[in-house]
Amino acid sequence: MRVEGKGLINRDTRVGFSFDGQRYTGFEGDTIASALLANDVRLTGRSFKYHRPRGILTAGSEEPNALMTVGEGPSQSPNTRATTQDIFEGLVARSQNNWPSLKTDILSVNDAFTNFLSAGFYYKTFMWPRSFWEKVYEPFIRRAAGLGALSGKHDDDRCEKAFAFCDILVIGSGPSGLIAALAAARAGADVILAEEDSRFGGRLLTETYTLDEKPGHIWVDEVIAELEAMDNVRLMHRTAVTGAYDQGTYGALEQVSNHLAAPHADAPLECFWRIVAKQAVLCAGAIERPIAFPMNDRPGIMTASAVRAYLNRWGVVPGREVAVFGNNDDAHRTAHDLAAAGVKVAALIDSRPDADVSGDFPVYTGAEVVDTKGRLGLSEVQIRTASGTETLKTDCLAMSGGWNPTLHLTCHMNGRPIWNDSIAAFVPTPNMVPGLDVAGAAAGVFSTKGALKSGLFRAKKALDALGIKTPSIPLPKAEDAAYNITPLWQVAGKGRAWLDFQNDVTTKDVKQAAAENFASVEHMKRYTTQGMATDQGKNSNVGALAVLADATGRAIPETGTTTFRPPFTPVSIAAMGAGGRGKGFAPERFMTSHAATVERAAPMIEAGLWYRPSYFPRPCETTWRQSCDREVEMVRESVGIADVSTLGKIDIQGPDAAAFLDFVYTNTFSTLKVGRTRYGLMLREDGYVMDDGTTARLGEHHYLMTTTTAAAGPVMRHLEYVHQCLCLDMNVRFISVTEQWAQFAVAGPKSRKLLNTILDAPIENESWPFMACGPVTLLGVDARLFRISFSGEHAYEIAVPARYGDALFRDLLARAEALGGGAYGMEALNVLRIEKGFITHAEIHGRVTAFDIGMERMVSAKKDCIGKPAAARPGLVDPERERLVGIKPIGEVKQLVAGAHLFNPNDEAVRVNDQGYVISVCYSPTLDSNLGLAFLKNGPARHGETIMMVDHLRRLEVQCEVCHPVFLDKEGEKTRG
Amino acid sequence: MRLKCPLCGERDRREFYYVGDAIALDRPTPDAGDVAWDDYIHNRDNLAGVTRDLWYHESGCSAWLVVTRNTVTHEVLSTALASDVKRGAAK
Repeated sequence: MRVEGKGLINRDTRVGFSFDGQRYTGFEGDTIASALLANDVRLTGRSFKYHRPRGILTAGSEEPNALMTVGEGPSQSPNTRATTQDIFEGLVARSQNNWPSLKTDILSVNDAFTNFLSAGFYYKTFMWPRSFWEKVYEPFIRRAAGLGALSGKHDDDRCEKAFAFCDILVIGSGPSGLIAALAAARAGADVILAEEDSRFGGRLLTETYTLDEKPGHIWVDEVIAELEAMDNVRLMHRTAVTGAYDQGTYGALEQVSNHLAAPHADAPLECFWRIVAKQAVLCAGAIERPIAFPMNDRPGIMTASAVRAYLNRWGVVPGREVAVFGNNDDAHRTAHDLAAAGVKVAALIDSRPDADVSGDFPVYTGAEVVDTKGRLGLSEVQIRTASGTETLKTDCLAMSGGWNPTLHLTCHMNGRPIWNDSIAAFVPTPNMVPGLDVAGAAAGVFSTKGALKSGLFRAKKALDALGIKTPSIPLPKAEDAAYNITPLWQVAGKGRAWLDFQNDVTTKDVKQAAAENFASVEHMKRYTTQGMATDQGKNSNVGALAVLADATGRAIPETGTTTFRPPFTPVSIAAMGAGGRGKGFAPERFMTSHAATVERAAPMIEAGLWYRPSYFPRPCETTWRQSCDREVEMVRESVGIADVSTLGKIDIQGPDAAAFLDFVYTNTFSTLKVGRTRYGLMLREDGYVMDDGTTARLGEHHYLMTTTTAAAGPVMRHLEYVHQCLCLDMNVRFISVTEQWAQFAVAGPKSRKLLNTILDAPIENESWPFMACGPVTLLGVDARLFRISFSGEHAYEIAVPARYGDALFRDLLARAEALGGGAYGMEALNVLRIEKGFITHAEIHGRVTAFDIGMERMVSAKKDCIGKPAAARPGLVDPERERLVGIKPIGEVKQLVAGAHLFNPNDEAVRVNDQGYVISVCYSPTLDSNLGLAFLKNGPARHGETIMMVDHLRRLEVQCEVCHPVFLDKEGEKTRG
Repeated sequence: MRLKCPLCGERDRREFYYVGDAIALDRPTPDAGDVAWDDYIHNRDNLAGVTRDLWYHESGCSAWLVVTRNTVTHEVLSTALASDVKRGAAK
């Protein structure tokens, strides 16, 4: 019911929305919760386990009951708290966890079996038979339990993530937060004021307090207006600070546009911030505790501060006859505010016999609520007083068990709070998060004046730490009421008394956990599921551990709390992972030949982030093998073109470049002549092969190293490490030029013939022999030419600045095709290199040594190098190691499979008889045979032996001959031709 | 987590690559023997407390850093260029 003349809503703008298909109207400034209460809707959800009818409990982000699915279609957002979601025109909200409807929920039958469904029910019940676990029990439990669901469809709503920096981060904008922000701002510090609500002000918006004789919200508006006008202040409302992390980093979730009917097309839904603050002041306020009295979960039973908030901020009263039940003076405010607004107060019930209460309504002291009635909403409560029990007609009960400081962030780095008996609550332990201080109610200072003083004091401490002088700020005149409380953790009585409303955990469950020796608070939590709901125990933790303390005969501080972990409020994975969806997760790197390659319908495969062509199909070809075989034959017989730009290219310069390379490579580069290229092998310090590639000497002090595609980044990092950490006196510098040069292999007997049609100065075999390199010009463009070969053919690689890559690739293809050649892809490249026994990262997979791949002689005896001492360890040069060989099928079955294992012909194919494994296989059209590269125990000594290749998965047993890993042209005549 | 690169200033940890114990700076001589080499390459104390690690400012200036931090309190006690540390140790 709406109350005239109350609230900070805009009554001039009506907003239409729907809940469970029913249309309602609210005002601008309403949340779903306030608008539903204004429309007398009390039933908003069903509990998790018993499917009990539930209504709105709170007015903030701690809401456990009123969770809804907002929106429709792919972007529907489940488990949205009705208390934090603003309404907008056309908003569609639906209740969750019920069938067929909220009012008639079949599974509320669970509620009748409450004696069986107590703590540990699932653990004890769904044990046998084992075969039922996955097929029967789990689907049933999942259907019965659970909250809202995602649509299961692709959601295009965008999220964003961002960094922000400040001197002082103020978290929360109640009295302490506002005064802290104001002090820091006037002092000239860079300030961020973060507020999770849609409006700044905290409790000043929901109370009738005055500051300097002005209504609280007017004072708030004045402060915000001043802050807004300052360049050094960033005001972030709808931004919940969700976690405190190392070195002053805070996570925060900003609701950017999910409160708008027609958000800007470019606006993200949410933004996940990482705020880096030199100092922070936590002014997050406090959260009111419910009381665990029998049948305390009916719709219409709310926290007293929520009832006050709905009245004062939204002009809504959640009932016509409101009763108030509390154990502290603060609860009295609810009764007084209601009475002042003309709402009938059915009774004020205070559990303390000595409570000082006055008011123009029935007052009961030393009394407790012991039962309630009303199936889908509260209709009456039963009160036990010193003189007996009374029944009271009421449709809304406002309860207050006291306040818990919102200290969560102070515990995010393993801190634990300390118990304060005078306010019967945990308060923050100082300095649990470096640079984070706590002020106001979050620190257990509950009066407005106290909060203001505390905020100013903590701001001054933060400014002092930054060496900034705090200006003098007069504090506004504010209330300074004492907070009197006598703890009331549970009310004895017949019915169930709920602690955790969402997860249906009652005082009885906690006691049962204790009785079954789940007496540690962490065990009790997991056994009962208390505190594991979406509110993470904000409403129930302290109450539950008080009941546990009582049941185990311990004090509350001794019982302790569970661990507080981020996030403070739920954060969608979409926001945390913003930008990481689809290709955002793995950006694409394209070669300069990409467009021309795609035009030729080449299927692309990923190589790291790069995309490379598998093969270039011709119209008549129907399988990849046909294309691959043709491309191999083409390279062997005429000329092929392949883009090899993805290989890492590192430009190395300096007087000590040669000495440096001698140290990172196993072989020697200082002896390499200018204008020549050499194959190099690089080890890790533990003696295993790290990478290989060719390095060209372009000048006396200038080398160009190539790495494998996969290792480009790691090798660059390695070179910097060796230089900065081990050889810092060497005068040498490196830079990656991978993307600056487009480089193409021109391979085959007709390669020189092709090149001479575009080189401005033709080359001869003598003038440009095998492994020669140097500058050339082609068609007027400066280029580099390397006579190197990964195919075993007479071949070159030609490099041009990347901007010419596309043009040169197209030009080379046209010329190759005129000579009967063409482009070749990764499949053919792989066949060509296996035929020649050249290794790739398939072979140098991190567990092989130079010895294993037959390159032990490349480890120079004349000098030290990275990995050399460790590579000499006995275990790494044992002849029995699995070492590189070639294999060829010689029996009936011809198929070879990479990953299959090798066994001696008469051995059983089991692990203990393992002789090695196959690493790379192909069909060689040149030799008309399947070929394999394999690692075989003592392989080099076993050429000519017969070995069995066994693949248990494919049920293959293939008789093979062990041979030299170079299948073709062992002497390398072709490359020199 | 944030680290102060001596060249670039304080940066988010996402800009850095972590490699491990700063013992990697102290490469033994080739003939130092198995014990020295095993300690250099493999043997590590898994300390709860102050550690000295090598980090690489990969998305920044490419500097290798020695970061001294406390794995219990998460405090970063100091950061220095690995080359400076190495030079200091050599003196």
